[in-house]
Amino acid sequence: MEAILDQYTSVDASKVTDWFKAASVSAFPNNGGACIKYKGKQIAVFRFDRKNKWYACQNLCPHKMEMILSRGMIGDEAGVAKVACPLHKRTFSLETGENLNGDLPAIAVYPVKIEDGFVFVGFAE
Amino acid sequence: MATKILIIGNGMVGYKFCEKLVAKTEPADYEITVFGEEPRPAYDRVHLSEYFTDQSEENLQLASKGWYEENGITLHTNTLVAQIDRTAKKVKTHRGKEYLYDYLVLATGSYPFVPPIAGSDKSGVFVYRTIEDLDQILAYGKKVATEGSGQAAVLGGGLLGLEAAKAVKDMGLKAHVVEFANWLMPRQLDEQAGEVLKSTIEKLGISVHTNKNTTLIGGNGKMTHMEFKDNSKLEVDMLVVSAGIRPRDELAKACGLEVGPRGGVVVNEQMQSSDPNIFVIGEAALYNDMIYGLVAPGYEMAEVAVAQIIGAEKTMTPEVDMSTKLKLIGVDVASFGDPMGTSEPTHSITFEDKLAGVYKRINISEDGKRLVGGILIGDAEDYNMLLQICQNGMKLPENPEDLILGARGEGTSLGNVLDLPDTAMICACESVDKGSICQSITEEGCETVKAIAKCNKATTGCGGCKPMVNDLLVETLKSMGKTVKQKVCEHFPYSRRELYDLVRVKGIKSYDEALDTIGHGDGCEQCKPALASVFATVYNETAVRQETIQDTNDRFLANIQRNGSYSVVPRVPGGEITPDKLIAMGQVAKKYDLYTKITGGQRIDMFGARLDQLPLIWKDLLDAGFESGHAYGKALRTVKSCVGSTWCRYGMDESVSFAIEMEERYKGIRSPHKLKGGVSGCIRECAEARCKDFGVIATESGWNLYVCGNGGAKPKHAQLLAENIDNETCIKYVDRFLMYYIKTAQPLQRTAAWLEKLEGGMPYLIDVVVNDSLGIAEELEKDMQALVDTFSCEWREVVESPELQQRFRHFVNTDDTDDQMAFVPMRDQKMPAPWK
Ligand code: SRM
Ligand SMILES: Cc1cc2nc3c(=O)[nH]c(=O)nc-3n(C[C@H](O)[C@H](O)[C@H](O)COP(=O)(O)OP(=O)(O)OC[C@H]3O[C@@H](n4cnc5c(N)ncnc54)[C@H](O)[C@@H]3O)c2cc1C
Ligand code: SF4
Ligand code: FES
Repeated sequence: MEAILDQYTSVDASKVTDWFKAASVSAFPNNGGACIKYKGKQIAVFRFDRKNKWYACQNLCPHKMEMILSRGMIGDEAGVAKVACPLHKRTFSLETGENLNGDLPAIAVYPVKIEDGFVFVGFAE
Repeated sequence: MATKILIIGNGMVGYKFCEKLVAKTEPADYEITVFGEEPRPAYDRVHLSEYFTDQSEENLQLASKGWYEENGITLHTNTLVAQIDRTAKKVKTHRGKEYLYDYLVLATGSYPFVPPIAGSDKSGVFVYRTIEDLDQILAYGKKVATEGSGQAAVLGGGLLGLEAAKAVKDMGLKAHVVEFANWLMPRQLDEQAGEVLKSTIEKLGISVHTNKNTTLIGGNGKMTHMEFKDNSKLEVDMLVVSAGIRPRDELAKACGLEVGPRGGVVVNEQMQSSDPNIFVIGEAALYNDMIYGLVAPGYEMAEVAVAQIIGAEKTMTPEVDMSTKLKLIGVDVASFGDPMGTSEPTHSITFEDKLAGVYKRINISEDGKRLVGGILIGDAEDYNMLLQICQNGMKLPENPEDLILGARGEGTSLGNVLDLPDTAMICACESVDKGSICQSITEEGCETVKAIAKCNKATTGCGGCKPMVNDLLVETLKSMGKTVKQKVCEHFPYSRRELYDLVRVKGIKSYDEALDTIGHGDGCEQCKPALASVFATVYNETAVRQETIQDTNDRFLANIQRNGSYSVVPRVPGGEITPDKLIAMGQVAKKYDLYTKITGGQRIDMFGARLDQLPLIWKDLLDAGFESGHAYGKALRTVKSCVGSTWCRYGMDESVSFAIEMEERYKGIRSPHKLKGGVSGCIRECAEARCKDFGVIATESGWNLYVCGNGGAKPKHAQLLAENIDNETCIKYVDRFLMYYIKTAQPLQRTAAWLEKLEGGMPYLIDVVVNDSLGIAEELEKDMQALVDTFSCEWREVVESPELQQRFRHFVNTDDTDDQMAFVPMRDQKMPAPWK
């Protein structure tokens, strides 16, 4: 199980080697998330229409190791964009990956950019 | 140079010492090193039994390894300190490494005492103190359940033993408690209380054997039975020993510190041992000739030791409070002050209700002016208040028996929390008194229990003081002339009721619009579902329209399960179903390989569907004539029925017909929490209608309508709203009642909890619903009728819309399904692969 967790490490926007063209913008719900597959990995992508921002993180919740975060509700805590795991409501910052309401290990976060109506997620591998 | 502090033992008290030390000092001044024998950082032993339910170490953890690092503390787990050299001021670990100290803190705790009974070394005999102990008990218990007799015993009927027995029972084993004394919890309870407790525990299915002196643990290698002095025998394959604790003073003894005759390192009120540079705290310390097997005194000791080291004032209170409340087991048991009333001349007042398993005793001082102590079994709701009255020597009511019997007439005899003196200790774990709590409200501006916790840590220990802190909060705010604002969350400074009014009055149509007009930020997982529920009430929109503000279950119109799969529950109104429909459901379950089970709500749940399968499954179910059962929503679940007068020889009326009518009427309606109904055909109450949010029971001359009951975590019987009414009146009252509740309750507040907070209580509710005292009855009925008239099955919406079905794909960039979702076989069906 731990091995799965190791597959996911945060990528800094300046270190991206592969901007993966994931899907068109319309494939993602407004103010919500959906999951994409990249080289066998599951990545949750969230769309914050209110501030016109996109975030991506591992789909795997480090609490019970379920592939589930993309189905969580999103929002903010004191201005920091976050996602709440649908299973037990652990919340994670989408900016740093940090667990905001507990001390679970941080989740991996990935940069996202939008070009020509398509969503690109940045990887470095 | 930095002062070197070494702490031996990383248990609850050792951790608390670290926490208090870093909070009060600058990192540069102290070099802190902690040694713990256990393989992980300190965890919450008090809640150890919860590990049986979730096997989550992390839920028990007090602080992560990262916390120690961040605070500049070097933590060596898996490290036993083997020796202390007091002259050279150094310690040696079992690996032979040496460390110097300026101050040494012993927080080595205690070990479980195993009485010298022949055979106690046999396999199957366990103790109950660490996570490793529990892992072993779990593994062995599984074997006993499947391959052995399924019988297990706990030696010792004290606080901990009973907790262990409940855990053993929850593992599916038949549990026995074996106690040497004549009754349970002999140290905290008198005989009468012990007897009441015994019968309550036996009702839970745990056998109690008192007055048993164990002479042998028998078996060949593996234990198979216990033998007692009275020549009786008990056949059990597993034994958990919980016969008391012994302080771990071996290191102290070896280096020549003074220890008590029965163990424990002698300390003064500064928590210093006979060597002033060595402090001893927690269960290893012998203070006032006593070892305190409770965490609160240990925490206070930690605070004292920190104060002494940094040169502050604090010393240990001369009299340590040993009041306790048993947790977890599902029986209220509490003792406070001097429970037996032997410390001074007292007279006691007792109250016993054998049938209900309630026993209460209070000891009153001879002059009748003070409460000295007492015992509560079966109903410990007033524990916190009685404890305060006792500890603070507060004035007693004219008839002291009112303390346990309740005042006859209006109001409570326990008085207002604000009458407590400022020094009253409210949170014993974190030693926060009433004064500090009120100050955090009046001066720091705290307006929630959470904010108070952040300010002074109250409620963050065992949590037992939460109700009292909440009462203090409400009363203090009231006294400041503030109404207590029940804010939904940081994004909306309104209660759910206010949100409802605002949405309606301002005609707010969407969540986004709500944020724009009356809220701010991006929202969160609290305000989103709360507003979704409000929109559902005001516009009767289904969960399909604004899907991303719904909780996951509502967003995907199914109940999420452990491995991220979903369950499907079609509606079966009143629990009545034709053979054809049963067959159809079976065929669907078979086709998609779903685990099936009859639920507690008279219908069938099909588990293990992948997200992408949900629309396909529902297409088949709709074709067979089913509709959504809303098991996923805060909405009407089921109206449970008994078979009633159509078949039953006692039936007074057609309960099934009426249950179906009500289920069809209220289905799909969203509310602050789930709603359940029940209809019984006669007073025998086979439909358990009085355990429901609304329940009706047929009488010779109509229906009796009860409201605001529930089972679940805090069972409450529903209360009578109206008697002997006909079907039409009954529906009218239920319409009004439900609509009034839906409009005014807090998010996730069920009807019983709502009624509890409703000023005026049941008489007021009757006035509103039956007598229309507010003049809103017509409006309530009209609003309800509007919801009923606009019902639509949200699964039909999805099945008829290819666009909506797109939402049910696991990935948006491929049609692959989730390859991480795993199932394992179980009894000819399947289940999710268990969590690690
Ligand atoms: C499936 C079922 C258990 C079963 O196999 O029998 C069940 C399953 C769940 N119950 Fe229940 N409850 C089920 C009958 C009950 C009953 C019995 C009844 O309805 O007669 C009760 C006690 C009666 C009552 O509600 O007053 C019950 C009291 C609860 C509670 C405690 C509610 C309370 O007010 O204290 C929760 C927790 C909550 O809702 O916050 C809960 C929560 C849940 C959740 C939602 C837990 C969760 O978050 O996953 C489970 C959903 C599983 C699923 O996928 O359906 N379930 N649950 C039953 C479904 C009934 C149905 O047909 O819809
Ligand atoms: C199941 C259970 C339920 C309980 N319920 C309650 C309750 O409801 N209320 C309540 O107040 N109390 C309760 N208690 C008691 C409470 O847990 C203890 O009072 C508390 O844990 C004592 O803390 P401590 O730090 O003194 O000891 P511990 O928590 O036992 O910590 C001592 C630590 O020191 C380590 N150690 C010992 N010697 C060495 C050495 N030489 N080198 C390195 N490490 C060493 C031990 O391995 C251990 O990890 C319960 C206890 C149990 C087991
Ligand atoms: S079904 Fe209900 S009682 Fe059973 S485990 Fe789930 S929530 Fe608990
Ligand atoms: S699995 Fe995500 S919070 Fe539990």
